[in-house]
Amino acid sequence: MPAADFRAAAGPALADPQLRANFRRAMDGLMSKRAAVFADRDEWTALRSLGATIRARSLLQLPDLLERLEAKLTENGVKVHWAETIEQGNAIFKQILSGHDARRLVKGKSMVSEEMGLNHALEAEGIEVVEADLGEYIIQLDHEKPSHIIMPAIHKNKQQIARLFSQKIKDAAYTEDVDHLTGLARRVLRQKFAEADAGVSGVNVAVAETGTLVLVENEGNGRMCTTIPKLHIAVMGLEKVVERLEEVPPVLSLLTRSATAQPITTYVNMISGPRRPGEKDGPQELHLVILDNGRSRVFADPQLRNTLRCIRCGACMNHCPVYTRVGGHAYPGVYPGPIGKILTPQILGMETAGDLPHASSLCNACVEVCPVEIPIASLLVRLRSEAIRPRRQADSGPGVVRGAGSQRDAAETWTWRGWALAYRVPLLYRLTSFLLSRFGWALPQRLPLLKEWTTVRSRPQFAPQTLHELARREKVSNE
Amino acid sequence: MNSARNSILGRLRTASGKEALPAENFAVVAPRGWSAEQRLDRMRRMMEAVHTEFLDSRGEDWLGQLQGWLARENIPGLIYAPATPLGRRLSTGWSGSVPLIAYDRAMAEWKEDFFGQAAAGITGTRGGIAETGSLIVWTDADEPRSLSLVPPVHVAVLEVNRLYDTFWQAMREQKWAAGMPTNLLLISGPSKTADIEQTLAYGVHGPKRLLVVLVDGE
Repeated sequence: MPAADFRAAAGPALADPQLRANFRRAMDGLMSKRAAVFADRDEWTALRSLGATIRARSLLQLPDLLERLEAKLTENGVKVHWAETIEQGNAIFKQILSGHDARRLVKGKSMVSEEMGLNHALEAEGIEVVEADLGEYIIQLDHEKPSHIIMPAIHKNKQQIARLFSQKIKDAAYTEDVDHLTGLARRVLRQKFAEADAGVSGVNVAVAETGTLVLVENEGNGRMCTTIPKLHIAVMGLEKVVERLEEVPPVLSLLTRSATAQPITTYVNMISGPRRPGEKDGPQELHLVILDNGRSRVFADPQLRNTLRCIRCGACMNHCPVYTRVGGHAYPGVYPGPIGKILTPQILGMETAGDLPHASSLCNACVEVCPVEIPIASLLVRLRSEAIRPRRQADSGPGVVRGAGSQRDAAETWTWRGWALAYRVPLLYRLTSFLLSRFGWALPQRLPLLKEWTTVRSRPQFAPQTLHELARREKVSNE
Repeated sequence: MNSARNSILGRLRTASGKEALPAENFAVVAPRGWSAEQRLDRMRRMMEAVHTEFLDSRGEDWLGQLQGWLARENIPGLIYAPATPLGRRLSTGWSGSVPLIAYDRAMAEWKEDFFGQAAAGITGTRGGIAETGSLIVWTDADEPRSLSLVPPVHVAVLEVNRLYDTFWQAMREQKWAAGMPTNLLLISGPSKTADIEQTLAYGVHGPKRLLVVLVDGE
């Protein structure tokens, strides 16, 4: 289940050596493999600049592109639905499924569906939802949420998975052999694909020009979900659209190389409609659910809008020193790591996720690897200031971050005001530094106002003389 | 949910400005200027790196070679799509001990057998992409989507004169945007996963093996 409080969840995660070892090993591997596939700096720079331009252009034309996408998909025989909230999105799913009396679902990996809590909503209606991506299948068996957006079960090692399979899969003996474990999942899930009433998938890129939904994957479970059942429902966040088909190759190249260092995934599945007359397979009905869930609000701010460029490659988390140490489960919401730190507070609101933008040293590693040039560090700084925006400026109107100002705290506000005043008024500055140098030793080791700092660090030792005094004594001119 | 549509689009329109669109430079995904030989070399190297097998039948009787391969690998039957150009060649020229099975009806009519008993499926390709080592599989009424997905072995026939340097080049020269099929696929190896400790395992949900038969172009 999503952690409610990053600070509270980070502590136990940091103290778990197994978890930290699993993440450390995985992230080190991903970083070095990614560096190798982008070894040609000129190519990386040119490709990244093209990717950033494509995504920037998509956002500049977003409402037009969504309308063109809808029109083209409709022409191709796809039914398009719009959901402002996750409740609306789940209701659309329920309505479509009940119209087909669909009780058994197979599902490809989709972070938007995680965001919607779709499985939970459908299971409450008595519908069986089977996650078919191997990683998602593993965590579904263990009732967990993904700890990584590309490799959802990365927090588990093979011993843990072997135990899980032997407990949860019928007739499965304990084995740590990865091929054998994979074979077990294949056996169970093949049956599910053949029996399913409907398939659910996400969308990596939607093309307005041709009305095409592009999905990338290695396993073939996504193709199963979109090919075998008679009904296919795809779901996407409204930012996923691009204008033209020719924009797909550079975006996919950046996506797969950034995510897993692959030049391409095993399958690139381009779907432009349901089964046509005469075709022997493919779904007879195809639906697309376009989800807003706060995205149009993010879109309203020209700086924060850049959050929506994201193509969900996960490179930012792979390179994040915070993510590597606490893992994905410590983050509230479903998107962990740097992208989660900028997206989740905007979606869930600052009241619930206002501490996330602080879970960063602003080291800039995520910015350096982001394939679409999202200025994550600047957005983190911006969100930190949004969290403490004076309340009178913070209303709920468009372009204002949800819950802005909710982290504002009188003691902190006055401390900073005092700090600012001391730096503006020379006499006050001298007085303050004089008092701290002479009487700072008398301050207690744990300061109530600075407890965030002093609980994990020693109180600073004050010099017995101020810098100004030392400079005067050493006869430094222009002090 | 028309009201949801209108309010979402309304909010997006209110926030949209009149900024000029930045120009795109596709040079980085444009053709590399490789020779035919370089393209084929790269195609093989990229695909073999992810466990694709090749049967080089250029200048040979590829039907006979394929029959030999299937027999050697003890594959009990080969499912094919009879109405494609490839299917017509197969049905007229096939003579080996391994039976050909026609995919000539809707999948629903034989789903259980297809899932339970299919050993291998053969499809054509619309060429390949050398840079990434990818086959272009264009499905339609004659070429089913599931033929390259459900059977544990996928055999793909690739004409060596239909290789492109890059994905971008292939889609432009074949004019995909002018008319997409319901399902267009790039296939770059057998099905695989690394979801358990990032250890690669092949054949998770799709084919466990992919054989590319290289043939001379028409």
